[in-house]
Amino acid sequence: MSRGVSILRAAWRRAGAGALALALLLVLRAGAPAHAQEEVVLGLSQDSVSISTDFDGSEILVYGAVKREVPIPSDPPLEVVVTVSGPFVPLTVYRKERRFGIWVNTDAVEVDLAPSFYAVATSGPFSTVLSNVEDLRHSVSVPRAIRSVGAPMNVEDAQAFSDAVIRIRSDTGLYQMLEGSVDVREETLFATRIRLPANLTEGAYATRIFLTRAGRVVAEQDRVIDVRKVGLERWLYNLSRDLPLAYGLLSLTLAIAAGWGASTLFRLIRN
Amino acid sequence: MQLYLPIAEVSVSLILLLGLGVMVGILSGMFGVGGGFLITPLLFFMGIPPAVAVATGANQIVASSVSAVLAHLRRRTVDLRMGTVLLAGGLVGSALGVWLFNWLKEQGQVDLLVRLCYVVFLGIIGGLMLIESVRALLKAKRGGAPRRRQHGWVHGLPFKMRFRASGLYISAIPPLMVGAAVGVLAAIMGVGGGFIMVPAMIYLLGMPTKVVVGTSLFQIIFVTGFTTLLHAVTTQTVDIFLALALITGGVVGAQIGTALGARLRAEQLRILLALLVVGVCLKLGFDLVLPPSERFVISQEGAPT
Repeated sequence: MSRGVSILRAAWRRAGAGALALALLLVLRAGAPAHAQEEVVLGLSQDSVSISTDFDGSEILVYGAVKREVPIPSDPPLEVVVTVSGPFVPLTVYRKERRFGIWVNTDAVEVDLAPSFYAVATSGPFSTVLSNVEDLRHSVSVPRAIRSVGAPMNVEDAQAFSDAVIRIRSDTGLYQMLEGSVDVREETLFATRIRLPANLTEGAYATRIFLTRAGRVVAEQDRVIDVRKVGLERWLYNLSRDLPLAYGLLSLTLAIAAGWGASTLFRLIRN
Repeated sequence: MQLYLPIAEVSVSLILLLGLGVMVGILSGMFGVGGGFLITPLLFFMGIPPAVAVATGANQIVASSVSAVLAHLRRRTVDLRMGTVLLAGGLVGSALGVWLFNWLKEQGQVDLLVRLCYVVFLGIIGGLMLIESVRALLKAKRGGAPRRRQHGWVHGLPFKMRFRASGLYISAIPPLMVGAAVGVLAAIMGVGGGFIMVPAMIYLLGMPTKVVVGTSLFQIIFVTGFTTLLHAVTTQTVDIFLALALITGGVVGAQIGTALGARLRAEQLRILLALLVVGVCLKLGFDLVLPPSERFVISQEGAPT
């Protein structure tokens, strides 16, 4: 008898789960027709960037395709957003004020987390490609990617400080807003190039791809590009961190040897 | 051709670095100044983080000073005894200076104070040297009597020592104090301190100009070497690649500078140095007073590694 009940119960449960799944599917389909069926297949021209002695920046080709089971939805059009973000490093922003005739750092605001590098590439104007709500949810645009500003109470306009970070870093190419630089072909293939500047910080560079329709994210994918110093650069960097005294002595020895060598060389040349 | 610097984490033109090295090397050989007061601001300008510029500048000065001192040793224009006394004061001073530097850093105003230090000291020293050397030059032209050696309070102090190469018999206290004062300033300003040391030796200690340059360089080697080690261990901001590029240019420049210096007359040499010091002072002074193009500054200190 107990066995019969348990079988019944299991059957009932299965039926319930099935109904639930069906209902969920119906809701999803009603809410976002066919969107769930689009997936990103992502490719990167390189998974890692090696910083060697003659490193002069690098260009990454981000490309991919949209995988779908159903015909291409005609409307609204498919848009693509690609972001590449360097490691987050806390920093302090100072503002100068004129005091006693000279310019002095007066206010300081600590920006907890600002990426050392950040690039956004889109297939169209940013405001049409991604809605504000989605931008907020996924932290896509540059101002959203800079996280919480820990401003002291006496600083009223903390926003000016994070704006300054964006302005200064945009000027030096560390923050890039590349509207319309993603090439989308027949709603299926897309590609963009992102230029990494020469003054890169080491670390994991998160690459995210968003497919959007009418400003809403319909699919998302991410990968990591590993940026590492290699060879002599790597060795010296590690030495300076692990054995600072040895590193200091090495640089001193090299300096003394170079000075002595040059002096001897010039004396030989003169005689 | 670009060179990626492993510690500074920036990529800069190798030609530019070599050129900067040669220029500073020439100054070093001619005047006996390390050139730190020029190299440090110029490195900032190239986009090198200030902490790296200061620490690596010290390392570069070691090399150019070694090269120049060897040239001076051969011409017997180094007062080793005076150099050692100055050095003893200098090491105490620079340890004190590094401590002071770290304390100022915690107050968040180190940048301003370093700049103010530059303006004040370069201004006073440059101005005094300029006036003095112009006067001396005019006097020499008129064929007047050479300046008498002053006998002030400096000569009444105890612990007298004989400095043969300098032709002096004075107390060891003034050189020790000069060394210590220069050491403090050197650590705060991230320079060898030659531009303070040289005038102090001439005007305060009354040393002949001939031995001043070599002796100053001799002392600078050790003070900057000590500073390099301190930075390598505490702030870890010495960039060997940057230093080697500057050194390569610098050692060549130092030889040219020493040869040039031997041809010029002492008064002319002093006028040139004075003009240079005043020029840098004015530039830094204007930067403090004129409204900056960007009112915000990003500081990325304490970056996790």
